[in-house]
Formats: sequence, C-alpha cells, structure tokens
Amino acid sequence: MLGLNKKDTTLFLIVIGMAMLAPFILNPFPEGSSLAQMFNAGYPDLMQRFVIFGILVIGFNILFGLTGYLSFGHAAFLGIGSYSAVWMFKLVGMNVLPAILLSMIVSGVFALLIGYVSLRRSGIYFSILTLAIAQMCYNLAYSVLGNPSSNFNLTNGETGLQLSLNDPRILGSATTDGALPVTNLFGAAMRSSYQWEAGSWLFTFNVGYYFSAIIMLISFYISIRIFRSPFGMMLRAVKSNQQRMNYTGLNTRPYVLAAFVISGIYAGLAGGLLSSMDPLAGAERMHWTASGEIVIMAILGGVGTLIGPVVGAGFNEYFKNILSKINDDILHTWLSFLPDGLENLLVGFLHYFVGKGWHLTLGIMFMLVIIFLPGGLVQGGQRIAKLFSRKKDGQATPPATQTPAE
Amino acid sequence: MGILEVKNVGKRFGGLQALNKVELDVKENTCHAIIGPNGAGKSTLLNCFVGKLMPDTGSVMFDGQSVLGRTPYEINQMGISRVFQTPEIFGDLSVLENMMIPIFAKRDGAFRMHAFENMFAEKEIVEHAEHMLEDMNMADKREMHAASMSRGDKRRLEIGMCLSQEPRLLLLDEPTAGMARADTNNTIDLLKQIKDERDITIAIIEHDMHVVFSLADRITVLAQGTPLVEDDPENIKGHPKVREAYLGETAAA
Ligand SMILES: Nc1ncnc2c1ncn2[C@@H]1O[C@H](COP(=O)(O)OP(=O)(O)O)[C@@H](O)[C@H]1O
Ligand SMILES: [Mg+2]
Repeated sequence: MLGLNKKDTTLFLIVIGMAMLAPFILNPFPEGSSLAQMFNAGYPDLMQRFVIFGILVIGFNILFGLTGYLSFGHAAFLGIGSYSAVWMFKLVGMNVLPAILLSMIVSGVFALLIGYVSLRRSGIYFSILTLAIAQMCYNLAYSVLGNPSSNFNLTNGETGLQLSLNDPRILGSATTDGALPVTNLFGAAMRSSYQWEAGSWLFTFNVGYYFSAIIMLISFYISIRIFRSPFGMMLRAVKSNQQRMNYTGLNTRPYVLAAFVISGIYAGLAGGLLSSMDPLAGAERMHWTASGEIVIMAILGGVGTLIGPVVGAGFNEYFKNILSKINDDILHTWLSFLPDGLENLLVGFLHYFVGKGWHLTLGIMFMLVIIFLPGGLVQGGQRIAKLFSRKKDGQATPPATQTPAE
Repeated sequence: MGILEVKNVGKRFGGLQALNKVELDVKENTCHAIIGPNGAGKSTLLNCFVGKLMPDTGSVMFDGQSVLGRTPYEINQMGISRVFQTPEIFGDLSVLENMMIPIFAKRDGAFRMHAFENMFAEKEIVEHAEHMLEDMNMADKREMHAASMSRGDKRRLEIGMCLSQEPRLLLLDEPTAGMARADTNNTIDLLKQIKDERDITIAIIEHDMHVVFSLADRITVLAQGTPLVEDDPENIKGHPKVREAYLGETAAA
C-alpha cells in the first residue's frame, strides 16, 4: 500500500488504528472512578502531546537513528517553530495551516544554518556544538530578543509570546465580544471537542487532537519512505563507515546536512502544532533539558527503529502525567492497609518519586531500559513477540539476520 | 605515458622522511606491484594518491589530471577505487546493500537526494549488485549482516564493491594480509581473473612474494621511502640490491 512493503504497511495500519481510536484506548476506566482519575489519558491536551512529541521524536530519529549524529540541541527548533506559529496568529490570522507552514520554513532555515556550522565536526564535538548553539538560542529568546520595552520584542522574554487584542491579524479573525480569537482549521476550532457518554464511560473527540494525529501519520509515513529509500540507506552507511563512503565517491556532508534539516523541520512542525493547540510560546521550550528529553524519548523507544520514537514519546508523556498527578494523599489511601508507622515512613520515602519528583522515577525507568533493553522498548516488544512465536511453533526461530531498522 | 604518473613525491612526518623523491609510472592495463619492507612508506604513498594525505613535494597525475588537493570522493569519481589494508565495508548493512552503494555512487555522483523511491525498486542497480555478488561467489550471502562475515569474505566484498564501479585504476593495499593460504590463493585467482577480463589498471602493495610474482607485470621496490629499482618481475627476483634490501630481510625474518 502507498509504496510500502507488507510489513511496513501492517505497521502503518496499526499506527493509524491506534491514533484514530486513541480516545477509546486511552480511556479504559469509567468516568469518575479512582482508576480513571489516575490512569485515564484520553484528555485532549495529553493526547495532543502524545502525537506532537511523536512527530518531534520521529524527526529526531531520522538524524540520530540513521546517521548516528546525536544532536543535543533539537529543542531549539521546537521553540523556533512555536514562536513562528504564534507570530503567524498575531500578524496574519488564526488558521493553523499557514502557521505550521511558517514554523516548518523558519525552522528549516535555522536547521540549515546551525547544521552547516555544527556538521564541521562529528561525534561528541558535534553534540557539544548543537548544545551550545541551542543554549544560545534559548538565551536570545529569554532575554536579548524578548525585552518587552524594546521596539524589537520578538519573543516577549520570560512571559512568553502570546496573543493580544491589539494584534494586527490582517485576515482579521472575528474578535467580536472582546475575547481573543481561537486557533482553527477553516473555522473548526482546535479546542472544540465532541463528548460521547457511553454508560459510565466518557469519550472525548477533540479537533486539535485529530488534526495533530493526521499530521503525525503523514510524518510517520514520510519517515518510513525515507528509511526505505536509497537516501536512507546512504544515511545508514554514514553511521556505519564514513571512510568507506568517502572512498566510494560519496560526499557525506550534504547527506548528513539534509538529514539534519529534515529533522529540524519535523521539530519545527511539532513546535508549530504545540502553538496551534495553545497559542503561547515560551523560551523554556528551547532549554537544554528539553533537548535532553528528546534524546531520552528516542532512546527509550528504540533508536533507529521506525516505531520506537512514537513509543518513546508516548511512554514518556504518559508516565510524566501519571507520576506528577500522584500526591501524598493518594499514596496514603493506597498504603492505608499498612500499620500507621510503616505507612508514614513509606509515604515519606515515595514522596520523592512522585508529584514534582517524577523526574526521579522516569530517570530510574530510563536507566532500567538502557541496562536491560539497550534497543529500547521496541526491543522489549520484539523479545516478547519472539517468546510467543517460539511457543507456537514449538521450536526456536533461527536468529534472523538483523534487518536494518524495522 | 602512464595512467598514473608520480613525480618527485616527498612526505615528512615530524622527523621521519616517510617518502623521498618517489617516481612511479603505472602503464594502462597493467598490474604494477609496489613492494618493500614494513615501514617503507607503501601505504603512505597510496594515501597520497587518494586524497588521504597531501604530499609535501611533487605531483601525482591520473590520466593527465592532478589528484593533489582533491577530496577522496572527487578522486574516486575520477575513476580510482581503493581497497584498504584492513577491509573497510559497511558493517551494519547487508551484503547486498554494501554492493549497491558504490553502484549508486557511480550512477548518481557524490550526492543525490533520492529520498522517496524504494531502494530495491531500482531494478538496474539491484541486478548489477546481484551480478557482482555472483562474480565474487557470494550470492548466497546477500542478506547477511556484512560485519558478521569472515575476514576473507569481507575482503572479497570490498574488492567487489570497488570493481562494481568499473574503476580505471584499482589500488590494493596488502589484499592478502592476515589471510589463510586458501583464502590467499582464492584472492590471487580472483585478481587474475579481473586482470584478464577487464580493462583495468591495478596498483598493488603486497608483502607476499607468491602473490606479487603471480600477478605483477612490473615491480617497484621501495625502501625507506625511496624507490630502489623498478623492473620486470624476472629481473627483480635476481636483483642484488633487492635481495639485500628486501628479499634477504624477509628470508631472515
Ligand atoms: N599519519 C602518520 N603520522 C606519522 N607517521 C606516519 C603516519 N603514517 C605513516 N607513518 C610512518 O611512516 C612510515 C611508513 O609507513 P607506511 O607507509 O604505513 O609503511 P608500509 O605501508 O610500507 O608498511 C612508518 O614509519 C610509519 O610509522
Ligand atoms: Mg602498509
């Protein structure tokens, strides 16, 4: 289908199905139950983040997974995309299509410049260069280009760039009742939702989510095509042996630069979508910790695999959401069966791993994955699948020659 | 006039004069061997031909054009392919993919952004690669992970990858180093066959005299960075200077 082989088509169809049915899949518990409060994730803003960060990491994986060049500054493009989109909303109009288009163009141009400079080096020096340049962008956005009292206030500093009633908006979206206009796709507001009550279950179908999900599916499809193309093979060859490439008549620099720009455009698109869901862009989106999180999501899922980035992004966002929701009260109810002293001791200990301490737990999970599943969660899934297929045919499957990048 | 003309090439590494006034003239469609003891500067000389090293003095002309100051990929695109002393292949890729890459490079040049075709939909390239694998006697290994092959197979693959580009000049740096006798003989047969069947010029560095005398039409002996003699194989065998500087030394070793 669509020029994909059978295996890739199956994978693509599964991802389409999951994305379309996400409001059901993510809301398995009846509304109002305590399990729902904790584990349901079918809320518009959370579902939007799943697919948007999916796009971000899919793009990152085209660079890191295929060429092995580890960019430690990819959040810069996320931020650049966010600011670009908000500017489009301020100056032109509230339709999201022109906004994300501008995000992609601007981040693509920045990726070309930043890539051109940082790809003069490889390995750790490349990573450090991208990190330094991204921190420069962060500082520019946070202070230099964001002084509210100056005439050239591009980012609005600490407060972040947001809409205001005085914005020109030349295509003049209706600001009738003095309220800020909302982002929309030809009139369909991103934040509008349709809710369906089925028994005690409540399912929410959000316009912004479905819009982002369709863009994610297009991005995913393009990434499969790139992985299977001669260009993708050249990128894997760069990772494998640059010396052989050079002596085979291939100039590696433009190959890696092209991958860098593509992944920068993906990140910019993700940033533009974030702003389209909530038209507010702040510098913290470009902070180095945000760049680090992209790397973590990619490695969690499985670097160089097709589906890994989506899995990694989903896993990270899901657990971040759950862990930060847990507080001491909830811990007390969970552990109320224990004797009081022990209960208090344990809650006091677990306190550091939940709520604001979610970093700690995710960090531990990350370590466990790296140590036991160096190929990421996808590798874990493959192992389980192999276990089942082995039981079924009653014999060990021969170790398949490692097919590059499933 | 030779296809590769090397004049007065010198290269210094700190206090070591690795190459000194090297002259070499490789005639088209011949096999020219460069022999000499370890550390004589043979690999250094090859590095000067392919853009890995810039000599301090002298000139290197390939088919009337200077190669000095060009990048390795430009030199390859001029028609020079190189096999390394330790096999350089794409270990993470399949054997078939390894064979396809040089063919793509030959057809599409140093860079092409073909990001939307399927790589295996390029029939002519896949067929050419499969044909090359058959020539190399490794058609059965096409799906194998290249890094998991034996050293001899890696070497064959690398030679095949170079040949698939139909280079005018093939440079081989000790292609049989570290190989078992059987593998060495296979490689000799392979190279002989290549020499007979194709219009190709070969410059080979080799330690193994058996390999050299089976293949070479012309031999240059290098010692301490300077050419001692250049002559036909029969004359080299009996040459007193060579026996003293090279053959004697290996016999003693
Ligand atoms: N990049 C380099 N830097 C410093 N010295 C080098 C370098 N490459 C080679 N040499 C030295 O030059 C001499 C010739 O080396 P090489 O050309 O590899 O010899 P051969 O291939 O004939 O055995 C050796 O003494 C080696 O140590
Ligand atoms: Mg050598």
